[in-house]
This record gives sequence, structure tokens and C-alpha cells, in this order.
Amino acid sequence: MATPTTERDAETAVIDTDVPVIVFEGVDLAFDEKVILKNLNFTVRQGHTKIFLGASGAGKSTILKLILGLLKPDRGAIWVKGQRVDQLTEVEMMPVRQNLGMVFQEGALFDSLTVRENVGYKLYEETAIPLPEVHARVEEVLGFVGLAEHIDKAPSALSGGQRRRVAIARAMTAKPPILLYDEPTTGLDPITSVTIDAEIVKLRDLEEVSTIMVTHQLRDAFYVAEHTAIREHGEVKLVPADPAKIAETEFIMLRDGEIAFEGDVHELRASPDPYLKSFLS
Amino acid sequence: MILEWLKAALLEVQEYTKLCIAVARGTVTRPFYARDVIEQFDAIGLGSLTVVILTGMFTGAVLALQSGFTLDQFGARTAVGRLVSASMVKELGPVLTALMVTGRVGSGIAAELGSMMVTDQINALRALGTDPVRKLAVPRVLAGLFMVPVLTIISNAVGMLGAWFITVWQLRVASSVYWNSVVDGLYMSDVWMGLIKPFFLGFVLVTIGCHVGLRTSGGTQGVGRSTTNAVVAGSVAVLVVDFFVTKILFSVLY
Repeated sequence: MATPTTERDAETAVIDTDVPVIVFEGVDLAFDEKVILKNLNFTVRQGHTKIFLGASGAGKSTILKLILGLLKPDRGAIWVKGQRVDQLTEVEMMPVRQNLGMVFQEGALFDSLTVRENVGYKLYEETAIPLPEVHARVEEVLGFVGLAEHIDKAPSALSGGQRRRVAIARAMTAKPPILLYDEPTTGLDPITSVTIDAEIVKLRDLEEVSTIMVTHQLRDAFYVAEHTAIREHGEVKLVPADPAKIAETEFIMLRDGEIAFEGDVHELRASPDPYLKSFLS
Repeated sequence: MILEWLKAALLEVQEYTKLCIAVARGTVTRPFYARDVIEQFDAIGLGSLTVVILTGMFTGAVLALQSGFTLDQFGARTAVGRLVSASMVKELGPVLTALMVTGRVGSGIAAELGSMMVTDQINALRALGTDPVRKLAVPRVLAGLFMVPVLTIISNAVGMLGAWFITVWQLRVASSVYWNSVVDGLYMSDVWMGLIKPFFLGFVLVTIGCHVGLRTSGGTQGVGRSTTNAVVAGSVAVLVVDFFVTKILFSVLY
């Protein structure tokens, strides 16, 4: 069994796009009789994007929960930044989660806390960083997702799209090198969805985070794959990606817990597979 | 069928025990969320004050009314105080307070934690590096453990006050006779029993609320189910635990 070797500090490391940050090896998962994942293998490289497609209930979200250690696989190995995580206890898992930011379906914001407290939760509660620095960081990330003026509102006072953006802000506050998105655009209108997609692209290209996105909204998946964010004269712009960048985004289509398709956006569009075609149309 | 039910029940007991152990560990080791603890002392203690005062007051009043009527048949109307203080302090104060707190706090905890569970907020906590037991359960259990006894004492006091009101204005017994009788009716062991019991009851009702809340599944319907379960299981557990603790205390204290 090959051990991925990536024991290095994300802050100082030069972005090396060949380093695997997340590896699944023969992962099986079943709830009682129902098989969710069957012998799942894949690798996510640093700074790259992996997009999981599939119908509802195909086991897409469980992959993210497995990476976070919220669920444990029945068999197989999961590696996060070179550390095997599938057998860690909850306490041992906590340091691994420093590397991971998760945007839950529907956001999962803490509704007893304000937007500021939500976004800064990890820094306020789990670190000893002085308050002024935390406030500054919270304002910075809220500015990044364009919600700076809503900082003292309750999550319930925000629209669905704003809540998702707050959830993205919360996930990125502690600067994790890997971000996981669980259906980030489901239930949103197309225009709002594009703003969410743009945040994902911005984070990936400007902050160099590795991205795993689970969705059944193809339009958003294509948008994330085919755009890139650049900073021009201090202004962030989204432009169509060049072929090299497009190749950094890989799609995995899940069907009945198995990989039905794996490849980049061109291969996905060109695939002759009837199931895939029915999904794409 | 029966086997499956037994298995489910055993699983429930196992998970409950695990939670209690995790709470105990969370109380004595770091990280400890002091701000949440204070918030919960306020929410559970101060928040339940009105309902506990009203319950205690009217329980004492009706107790005086009923026992006054009965004692009259033996010409012992002046002994009302004795009866009220003994039954309030030993039994009614702790149990009724615990039952009212179960209805108010146990259900609230189950509903809050339950909706956090079904909206993935509990998972979000874990993903952000927080242990939900330490952050959510420990403060509530501590607040229940220490505030239910305080509420019980308050309930006992206003109960005797309510009884005094009825005794003086309705039964026409002199105030001093009533208070003398109240003190006469109390033994130190009664007071100890009345003080020790609410610690157990408070612990049980809050841990059941937390346990039921943290095991919620099945969307908003599940939250409703959890809330009901927390009140039903909590109330029954309060009465059962009360019985056993009373039995044990009798053999220890008397």
C-alpha cells in the first residue's frame, strides 16, 4: 500500500500540484443492508478540483462525511494530507479537521449566533488568537464573499444565497487548504447559483485551496470547471479557463455506490454512456 | 419482534451511558466552554423561576386547604404546618420542581439539539473542531445539576408561604402557630433528603433531554418526536429515580 507523503506546512509550501491531498483506497460503506459506496478509489491533488456527480442518494455526500471523519468506512483506507484517518477516534480526528473546511448542504449555520460569530466560530472558540485579529479576519472573509454589511445580522435574516455564502466564509476563515462543498447551489435560483460558483472558483484559484464539490447541478459543475479567477489591478475577475486549468478539474460520476465515469469536462461531454447522457440532458 | 425491541432499548441505554460518561469527562478536562455554562445557568435556572414559583405556591396552598379539611375531623387544624412542611420539603418540592423543569427545559433542550442535529449544525460543530458534548451537553447538565436544587429550595419556600396564606386567611389559624408547626414538622434528615434528591433529578432530566436531542433523526418530524420523548421519558425517569433515591436515602439517613 503506497503511502502518500505530504507532511508539509500549507502556509510555507510551494503549491505542488502533484501532491495528493486526499486519497480513497477501496472504500466500502453500507448502512444496514443498503450499500452506499462500493470499492471507491480516487485521488485529489493539491490545488485541483474534484466534482462528484450523481443522483440524490448516490452516496455523494457520504464521501465528504467520510473525509471529515463524521462517518467511518466499513473497509478501505482514507488519507488526508498524508495521514490515514479512517481509524482515528473523534479526538484524534480534530487536528486533521484543521485542514478541512466544509460547506454543508443548506449551510448549517448556527442560528443562535450572528453572522460574525458564525464566520469566526472556530477562531473565537477553538484558538487563542486575540480578538482584534479574529474580528479583522472575519471582516476580511465576509468582504471576500461580499457580505460585509450583514456582519451583525442573524442567519435567519439572510436569503438562501447569502446563507450559503456565509457558510463558505465560515469554512474558509481558518484558511484550510482543502474545502469540501456539499450541494452548494441546490435550491438556489440560477443567478444566485453563479455567485456561489464564483466564490468556489475564487477560493480555488486565488487562495490555492483544493476543492471537492458534490452536486447534481451540472450547470454549476461546468461553470466551476470552465472558469478561472484572476486578480487584475487589484480587481478579481472570472475568465474562461485555459486547457491546462480545465484539466485540473476532474469529474466523478457515481452510480449505485460505484464510479460510473471519471474524467475531465471534455470527456464528460463526449461520453457515449447512456446513463451519463440521460443525466447530462 | 421482541428481540428487536430489546436490542433497540439496550442500544438506547448504552448510548445514554456513553453520553453520561462523556459529560463527566467533559466536565473535568479541557476544553471547557465557561461562557456557555453561564448562559445555561441563566436559561435553565432563572428562566424556570416563574413556573417553579407558581407551581410551588399553588401546591402549598392546595395542600393546606386539603389537609386542613381532613385534620379538622380530628380537631387538629393547628397541625397543618407540620404536614405542609414535611410533604413539601421531602417529596412535593423536589418532584414537582423536577417535573416542571422537565416540561420546560427538557423539552427545550431536546428540540434545540434535535433541530441542530437534523440541520447538520452538530456535524458542522464537529467539522469546526468542537466536541458537541462539551459545547452543548456539559453546560446544560451542569446547569440542571446545580439549578434544580436551587429551584427546589425556592419552590419549598414559596410553597410554605402559599400554605401560610391559606392557613391564616381561610383556616383561621394564627400565623405563629402555623410557623411553629412548620418547624416542628421538619427533621434534619428530611431537609437532607429534600436537598440531595434534586441533584439526581436535575441530572437525569437534563441528560435525557440531551440524549434524546442528540439522537434525533428524520427531519422536523423527528424533532417533534424527540421533544415528546424527552418530556415523557424525562417525567417518568424523574418519578422512578425519585422512588429509588428516596428508598436509598431512607436506609442511609434514618
